[in-house]
Amino acid sequence: MRLAASTRNLTKEYVLDGETVRALRGVSLDVPEGDWVAIMGASGSGKSTMLNLFACLDRPTAGTIMLGDDDVSKLNDDQLSEIRASRIGIVFQSYNLIPQLTVIENIEVPLYYQGIYSSKARKRCIDLAAMVGLADRLKHRPTQLSGGQQQRVAIARSLVNDPYFILADEPTGNLDSATTEEILQLLEKLNNDGKTIIMVTHEPDVGDRTKRIVRLRDGLVISDRPTGGDCSTEHDDD
Amino acid sequence: MAFWLRTWQLGVKSLLLHPLRSLLTVLGIFIGVASVIWLLAIGEGISQKAQEQIAELGADNIIVRTIKPPSEVMDTGSSGATPYGITRDDFDRLTQTIPTIERALPIREIRRRFSYANRVIDGRLVGCTPEYAEVTRLQMDRGRFITDLDQEHKHNHCVLAANVAERLFPFENPIGRSIHVDEHYYVVVGVAKEKAPSAGIGGSFAAQDFSNDVYIPISTLWSRIGDFIVTRRSSSFEREIVELSQVTLRVDHVDHVMETADLVELTMAEHHRLEDYGVTVPLELLEQAKTTRMMFIIFMGMIAAISLIVGGIGIMNIMLATVTERTREIGIRRALGAKRSDIIRQFLVETIALSIVGGVTGVLAGLTCRGVTGVIRQGLEKAFPEIMEALPPVIQSVEPIVVPWSIPVAFGISVVIGIIFGTYPAMRAAAMDPIEALRHE
Repeated sequence: MRLAASTRNLTKEYVLDGETVRALRGVSLDVPEGDWVAIMGASGSGKSTMLNLFACLDRPTAGTIMLGDDDVSKLNDDQLSEIRASRIGIVFQSYNLIPQLTVIENIEVPLYYQGIYSSKARKRCIDLAAMVGLADRLKHRPTQLSGGQQQRVAIARSLVNDPYFILADEPTGNLDSATTEEILQLLEKLNNDGKTIIMVTHEPDVGDRTKRIVRLRDGLVISDRPTGGDCSTEHDDD
Repeated sequence: MAFWLRTWQLGVKSLLLHPLRSLLTVLGIFIGVASVIWLLAIGEGISQKAQEQIAELGADNIIVRTIKPPSEVMDTGSSGATPYGITRDDFDRLTQTIPTIERALPIREIRRRFSYANRVIDGRLVGCTPEYAEVTRLQMDRGRFITDLDQEHKHNHCVLAANVAERLFPFENPIGRSIHVDEHYYVVVGVAKEKAPSAGIGGSFAAQDFSNDVYIPISTLWSRIGDFIVTRRSSSFEREIVELSQVTLRVDHVDHVMETADLVELTMAEHHRLEDYGVTVPLELLEQAKTTRMMFIIFMGMIAAISLIVGGIGIMNIMLATVTERTREIGIRRALGAKRSDIIRQFLVETIALSIVGGVTGVLAGLTCRGVTGVIRQGLEKAFPEIMEALPPVIQSVEPIVVPWSIPVAFGISVVIGIIFGTYPAMRAAAMDPIEALRHE
């Protein structure tokens, strides 16, 4: 089984006001292709740090992090940027679309930073917009869309570069329950189509929709098990 | 190619997000570029005019002119008048001792009132020789200039400048008529064409105006009027004894002008205790005018450069604000794969786009300076006629001449300013930590 991502003894330390904060103290985790993992934990547990490392926005202090077969632990800023542009799809809590760009242009951004700009690429963006149900909103700007629609644009954008995995940071945090359901169904569908999803969330209901829940506390993995069955007891951790 | 097109397109799109802000930023560069072109064009116009006027004096001429010394240093003779200025002896000395002088032109000028019938005009009565017309490039409209015969027989003949002819004889042909000057009559034998004023000489900055001249043979002037001149002033009479107002010397070759001028100075200095003469060398003036032109260009260039720098600071100010405002966008772009260099490029493209728009519109505005100066001048003449009249004629009549090299230079500087003042904000944007930037509200 191929791995979409894996970490070995992943450690991250920050120096804050002269004091060293150990955000991750040695996390080892394998995410096989096609998996849907929820990383859960209280604030301060290290889940944001995990997300930043998976997103290649940061480098670990020690340990390794592999995306596919690529070791990204030691890459420099430009190399990390290239990986982000070519192999990572991120969905944020607050959508993070660029306000002056249209739907289609927003979806295109990661391709633009890979230097890809062709009619074929544009066709792919249009197909993705159609897939998330926004075929009739291509020329709209983010402010003209509802929260759910914006998040669907973000999901389309995260898919445009054919990433190792979709990295979702509280993707339903800003949405009402009906829209949350829409987005989760969309993610479910993508996962059924074989897309790997790594999702950071603190909502148990959302976590339950995934295939596997990894719980962090104080920078360490305290539990890692598939959802369903007797997982209800673990909700007390939050 | 497509990539760059896209980059520019995105940059323009971001700028159009705040149209007023972008417009005001462009205005700074626009004014800078337009003022570079305008100031240089006006400077060039003035200096060309000045050079033309100096050229009117003739590059191979040396002009010796009588200057009235301050009254306190003059001894008053028995007649209540002091002789001063160039003498007939000076004239003979100069022409006989300096071999490089090809021709010498003695001139005596007196301010007089000319009248015909009931029409009157004040002007200069110029006593001169037949060569005067050629040396001063005076052209005849009708009739002839003074001849050697007039000179020899001290004829009461005169030649009128165009304006005098027009004022005294508005409806008739002046040739053959007699005009009245003091107690004498002079028969008009010719009318000169209009002549552009020449640069001032003999220490005066005012241009020489030839429009109210009446020319008579110098021998006639000497015999009819003499050296002792009484001029009526508002409250008193002014008496003076002057033999020659000016001697225009033509040198045999332009290369000899400077040495001859030195000799003239020496010859004159030997026989004059007072500083009652001045030597003007048009060639020297021409050289000076060229230096002045360079200074003018540097001076104008500096003013324009300051306005461009102010424009640049405006750009930098706006871009710094923009970068702060778009921190989150920078974070998003970094998270989606933008390198630091991509962010720098994005913001630089925006500043350069601003400065190019400012540059292009500034160049276009610069090219209109001829027409606009005319309109402004007309407006000023209507609004403040007295002030305009008080200005030197060079400034009154200046036609800006767009200096061709100023266009690429102004445009180039504007782009360079965009790059210089855009780099710091762009670097600041690129230096942001993407994680921090994403958290920015």
